[in-house]
Amino acid sequence: MMSQAELPVLDPIFGRLSFAALPLHEPILVATFVAVAIGGIALLAGVTRYQLWGYLWREWITTIDHKRIGIMYMILGIVMLLRGFADAIMMRLQQAIAFGGSEGYLNAHHYDQIFTAHGVIMIFFVAMPLVTGLMNYIVPLQIGARDVAFPFLNNFSFWMTTAGAVLVMFSLFVGEFARTGWLAYPPLSGIQYSPDVGVDYYIWALQIAGVGTLLSGVNLLATIIKMRAPGMTLMKMPVFTWTSLCTNVLIVAAFPVLTAVLVMLSLDRYVGTNFFTNDFGGNPMMYVNLIWIWGHPEVYILILPLFGVFSEVTSTFSGKRLFGYSSMVYATVVITILSYIVWLHHFFTMGSGASVNSFFGITTMIISIPTGAKLFNWLFTMYRGRIRFELPMMWTVAFMLTFVIGGMTGVLLAVPPADFVLHNSLFLIAHFHNVIIGGVLFGLFAGINYWFPKAFGFKLDRFWGLVSFWLWVIGFWVAFMPLYVLGLMGVTRRLRYFEDPSLQIWFQIAAVGAGLIAIGIGAMLVQFYVSFRKRNELRDTTGDPWDGRTLEWSTSSPPPVYNFAFTPIVHDGDAWWDMKQRGYQRPLSGFRAILMPANTGAGFILAVLSTVFGFAMVWYMWWLAIASFIGLVGYTIYHTFNYNREYHLTLEDVVRAEDERTRQLAAVRS
Amino acid sequence: MGHALTSEQAAARTLFHLQDEHDHEAGGSTLLGFWIYLMSDCLIFAVLFATYGVLGGNYAAGPGPKDLFDLPLVALNTSMLLLSSITYGFAMLSSYRNNVAGTQAWLFITGLFGAAFLGIELYEFAHMIHLGATPQRSAFLSAFFTLVGTHGLHVTFGIVWLITLMVQIGKHGLNRANARRLACLSLFWHFLDVIWIGVFTFVYLMGMLR
Repeated sequence: MMSQAELPVLDPIFGRLSFAALPLHEPILVATFVAVAIGGIALLAGVTRYQLWGYLWREWITTIDHKRIGIMYMILGIVMLLRGFADAIMMRLQQAIAFGGSEGYLNAHHYDQIFTAHGVIMIFFVAMPLVTGLMNYIVPLQIGARDVAFPFLNNFSFWMTTAGAVLVMFSLFVGEFARTGWLAYPPLSGIQYSPDVGVDYYIWALQIAGVGTLLSGVNLLATIIKMRAPGMTLMKMPVFTWTSLCTNVLIVAAFPVLTAVLVMLSLDRYVGTNFFTNDFGGNPMMYVNLIWIWGHPEVYILILPLFGVFSEVTSTFSGKRLFGYSSMVYATVVITILSYIVWLHHFFTMGSGASVNSFFGITTMIISIPTGAKLFNWLFTMYRGRIRFELPMMWTVAFMLTFVIGGMTGVLLAVPPADFVLHNSLFLIAHFHNVIIGGVLFGLFAGINYWFPKAFGFKLDRFWGLVSFWLWVIGFWVAFMPLYVLGLMGVTRRLRYFEDPSLQIWFQIAAVGAGLIAIGIGAMLVQFYVSFRKRNELRDTTGDPWDGRTLEWSTSSPPPVYNFAFTPIVHDGDAWWDMKQRGYQRPLSGFRAILMPANTGAGFILAVLSTVFGFAMVWYMWWLAIASFIGLVGYTIYHTFNYNREYHLTLEDVVRAEDERTRQLAAVRS
Repeated sequence: MGHALTSEQAAARTLFHLQDEHDHEAGGSTLLGFWIYLMSDCLIFAVLFATYGVLGGNYAAGPGPKDLFDLPLVALNTSMLLLSSITYGFAMLSSYRNNVAGTQAWLFITGLFGAAFLGIELYEFAHMIHLGATPQRSAFLSAFFTLVGTHGLHVTFGIVWLITLMVQIGKHGLNRANARRLACLSLFWHFLDVIWIGVFTFVYLMGMLR
């Protein structure tokens, strides 16, 4: 229990925030801040110079169009990827040079923040936004819907996720971030051992972003259940929609656990309760159990949608129906269920005893069966197909080769006796980067290259795509294979300094790998830029640049705001393929006005208030916390008094958009 | 979904889009979405119950359930909440008959029962804290106050929502949006009742047996 006497006197206005919180003594942070400030000012000046504020507000910030929200999620994820990767390369550099008396260039205080921020950012603000963005964009199009079930909520969810990211970024320049590792285990994360603001930033960033994630899960779940086009029975849904359905089930079933456990941690920190303390009956292992009950489903939340992407890509670029569709669906469902009963394999060393460890070891190993079935399905889809090695297919093949290794080391770690040796070692680090980079990231890159022409109307440049591809794939192998070796030699994770000089070469190799990945990320940004410059050459006027199979390819690229002028009727699993085979003619008349949800700034305003609330709680500015909380509740109530949330897209607008598409298609044919 | 394929459509197998489609009004998925949200909320309570289950015996040499719980008071409290569920049911019945005044009256009574429940709960908390049984005293008390308090916060939120809805019904009557909101709040309110049954049984009754 924290006694009141230990607390310093708080400033009534600024709480514990003072000039001492600014990291002026850290040259790296000061330089970063200067760079960010210059970039930020240039960006704001540019937006003002070209008078884009109104456009941004009307067309993007307040949008409830699932497609634009999807794109904004993707941008958020890519921006945060740069931040998360900067952390990664700093760690690699530190570990490569901190040998034989050299302390490296990062002090322990800073280094510990970096590995925590790296994990938190990569999972919550890179992988989650990218996955959610992809689902947001694609799922309504694949099921033939005009938007998600709750369009306003969708906008709100996005801005709450962004608010969480903003809080994490604040911690870089105002105060500090947690030094606890990405899951903030108590008692280290308790007030006694982490009295500073770092863990509080962690808590509020995740709580605020978590609201967004949970609501977006509810939203997409309701969308997939209720808004499928007529004829699209469950077993005729595209596999990406299936995996999205399962992922959103997991989101709804797992994120409340994170919310609750973080509430208890904050009560321990703010109120002095004893859930996870060492004394007064608290039990830190309760936290570890609960956070992994969320954490393990979380990794399947990330990977499942990408299994869907690989299925779509393999089938499209092999020119064949997916092999074993129903086994793919059942495998996904089985993984969904099993992912909930394996959490204890993250801490076999807790000492639960042989029976408990065996149970969780076996359930973990069983997951490799449905996952293996999926791999065989993809291979059999390719077998005797006419494979086109376009960029999405390249990423898919790289995934298959990489992910299998990660899966196998995972099964190895699932054996409790082996885990006792490898627990918290670099072997574990290599394993989960192997599956997250080789599975989630490669899948996202496959998905981005695959659906980019749908979203923007032009393909991504192949040359720079290949440059990025090879650098990423080779860079990954060079960066993480040494970590397997080091892990087997017993090197543990999160170390800042090493005594044994014989280990240094492996860290140097790993640093080279990280450098290759850095160039790969650069090449990807170049790819976006070059593609934009060459957009007229790369233009897709057909709406179906890859000879696709599912409904999103039946509409124009980019799709009109209403997605489909007429709701499609589905007769086959590969609905659009079926329509093409049977000579479907796109209707040229008979259009109607369409009822659409109207834009609103409410989501953005609520997220801004939440950011202020989180910041105030972190710094103990109680008056501001109370004021912003009242603002949140008050504005929410005010928003519910708005009953006019829809508008009619006029017949003229629909006809204009459809005629334009008719002209484009005619130009392609002639 | 909702539009089953008609037999003609199935027979022809040539129709690839709906030709005569009516506007889809917003809110068609609201009740399902709200159900899903409630289930996620239920998981928050599940975690708090589990934590209470694990930590509930850790008194740290402090007071235990038998020293603190006053069952007749809790029984009174429980009856307040159960009665509020019944009166909410009457409000729903009135709304089905499109009886605005009746709906409002029953909502008002529901709110009163809810407020009574909260008042008794706050009295109980204040009494315990007065005895030195604060949330900081032991892991048992941390888990107790958090579980019961989270339920109480939900009831508070429900009352705020109920007042808001009464104003909105006063303004716009029982239009479709308001009827939908009334149904959602109904789910929410009864859900809190179900959670309370768990609290009453698991925390109070079984606590007395510990």
